[in-house]
Amino acid sequence: MSETPITRQLPEEVVYIRPSRGWIHLKLGDLWHYRELIYFLTWRDVKVRYKQTVLGAGWAILQPLINMVVLGVIFGRFADMPTDGIPRPIFTFTALLPWGLFSKALSDAGRSMLANRSMITKIYFPRLIIPLSSVLGGLVDFMIQLGILLLMMLFYNYAPTVAVVTLPFFLLLALATALGFGLWLSALNVLYRDVNYILPFLTQLWLLVTPVAYSSSVVPEKWQWLYALNPMVGVVEGFRWALLDAPPPSLVTLVISTTITIVVLITGMYYFRRMERTFADLV
Amino acid sequence: MMGDIAIRVEDLGKQYRIGMQVTRYHTLRDTIAEAARRPIRALSQWRYTPTNSIWALEGVSFDVNKGAVLGVIGRNGAGKSTLLKILSRVTDPTKGYAEIHGRVGSLLEVGTGFHPELTGRENIALNGAILGMKRAEIERKFDEIVDFSGVEKFIDTPVKWYSSGMYLRLAFAVAAHMEPEILVVDEVLAVGDAEFQRKCLGKMSDVAGEGRTVMFVSHNMSAILRLTQESIVLEKGKMVLRAPSTQAVDYYLSSGYAQSGEHHWQPDEIPVESAPFYPVAMRVRNPQGHIVDTLRSVEPINVEIEYRLDGPISGLRVGIYLLTTQGEQIFNSFDTDDQRQYDRFGVRSAGQYISRCSIPGDLLNEGRYIIGVNASTYRVRRYFQDENALSFTIDASGAPGMQWGELRLGPVRPRLDWQIEETSPTPAGRLDAV
Repeated sequence: MSETPITRQLPEEVVYIRPSRGWIHLKLGDLWHYRELIYFLTWRDVKVRYKQTVLGAGWAILQPLINMVVLGVIFGRFADMPTDGIPRPIFTFTALLPWGLFSKALSDAGRSMLANRSMITKIYFPRLIIPLSSVLGGLVDFMIQLGILLLMMLFYNYAPTVAVVTLPFFLLLALATALGFGLWLSALNVLYRDVNYILPFLTQLWLLVTPVAYSSSVVPEKWQWLYALNPMVGVVEGFRWALLDAPPPSLVTLVISTTITIVVLITGMYYFRRMERTFADLV
Repeated sequence: MMGDIAIRVEDLGKQYRIGMQVTRYHTLRDTIAEAARRPIRALSQWRYTPTNSIWALEGVSFDVNKGAVLGVIGRNGAGKSTLLKILSRVTDPTKGYAEIHGRVGSLLEVGTGFHPELTGRENIALNGAILGMKRAEIERKFDEIVDFSGVEKFIDTPVKWYSSGMYLRLAFAVAAHMEPEILVVDEVLAVGDAEFQRKCLGKMSDVAGEGRTVMFVSHNMSAILRLTQESIVLEKGKMVLRAPSTQAVDYYLSSGYAQSGEHHWQPDEIPVESAPFYPVAMRVRNPQGHIVDTLRSVEPINVEIEYRLDGPISGLRVGIYLLTTQGEQIFNSFDTDDQRQYDRFGVRSAGQYISRCSIPGDLLNEGRYIIGVNASTYRVRRYFQDENALSFTIDASGAPGMQWGELRLGPVRPRLDWQIEETSPTPAGRLDAV
């Protein structure tokens, strides 16, 4: 037994440990190396989410339906907000799809570092994986909800036009926005637990400035650029355009929304990486 | 030429800011005040130069060859855990450099990422991925892992229904099958019962036998002596000695601490995890009540441990270890070993306490002894441990057999009640013959 050599024939990996200073390399290659961990953590989030609930995955359907009714009553009955001539239920539900994905991803990612503190203080892996898998975890719910939406479209006699091919882009934009803000919030949350308390208000307020329950046409033309600073405006308008043949988002809106998302995502990644070295000491 | 080095550490250092833990909010007003103050602080700390800081580790350099087993010895707060955390890349060093050849695995990571709602099978997959195993590797070893853990009947049951023993066995099985080139074991933080800890040590010697590299941090000097050939000693963040383990253990246990018969624990010797238990002091007194360093073997030795509980602990036992300077255990004893004591003090509320005991006279041999402290709840948690809290010298004058002036071996020198009985009268004829 003692003369058995090490059987591992893989090339030896050498790790160099040095203090990190200044602006750090993002090391996105590391993420690829750990892709299976991303998959497993996402899978865990999905798997665990509806455990020990009576309705199970039914919640994935029920949540947006309840939201649809509540928002429909408030904004339709009481405020009488316009819907561009689209039946209110389907108008709202289409927007709730990306919105639900975004808001859940944002609050999950924001809390993710604290929720996984036992892993962070014991094992090395690219920390970016944690908020990333929180964001991806919402995709399963999203797919279920998309199925419901297709049924609703059938019921309301809506068929998607060619614009439907742009749907993946808007989905990606929603995910990237959630990840970008999620990275900032999760890193800040390690330092300042205040983020935990801010998150619920943040998502509530954000909902009000996103055209989920109303059409963005209520915003005066000259303020549209300001409105577009919220990247979710472009996402929601894009979803309605791709699926319900609503007026497409203006080019200005799209450019502004996408730019904001890219900026937040890149700065978020750098800020996160910069803070990463102290996470294990602070979390 | 570099091929046979597994770990190289050069001038490694880690600085911590004091009071780095995030304060807990109590009132909304605090929260708002904090929120208002913190952004400003956050900005000012952006490029802070630490003023109020300590070096948990400083200027540590050493190499470990492939296949070597290196022990790491030091008191609480000496920097052992910090060193391991840097080497396993959990935290960044503040200065210096380290080079690791091969995959690092740690028996610290046992059960990390386990989710109570997932089944045993699912947790194996998840935990394996967290430990850096590829999916194919996990699938290949799955049966072996389940076999090793002995929980095959419950493999599709959520682990929240497992007993703590089953949970640990499964978690350990995954970690044990990771086959790292370098294994890092922090016995100090190891959880679980004695049997489990034995299993960890067993795994460790297997790994070492297979020619892989092991770094072993332990408070258990006999384990260090048994499992390592060479050790380094850390003292207040600095490496003070690297030597064959027998020498290192001897140095560590007899190093200049607490020659006074009294030891007051400094804040940096008390880990955060020990809360709500706070050790205050340990003393050795002679029968006259004086705190002394040298005691007579014929007299009882009074040992006292002073501590504070900031919250109630149920099932607490506070006790001592007695060791020789070679690290051999002589005995362990806890203040609630006696059932009646346990009934009275099994649940201790917050407050100041002193646990006292008396080691009877005519028990210990001459020489130097080490007293360690342990505060724990059986099989649940170890609050605090300091295996080298205090040392004292036993003077054997007046002890049985001193008239012969020879060295008596062994750590005990009991005064035994010898009876000499003449069982038959001396045969007269033989006496004559002499």
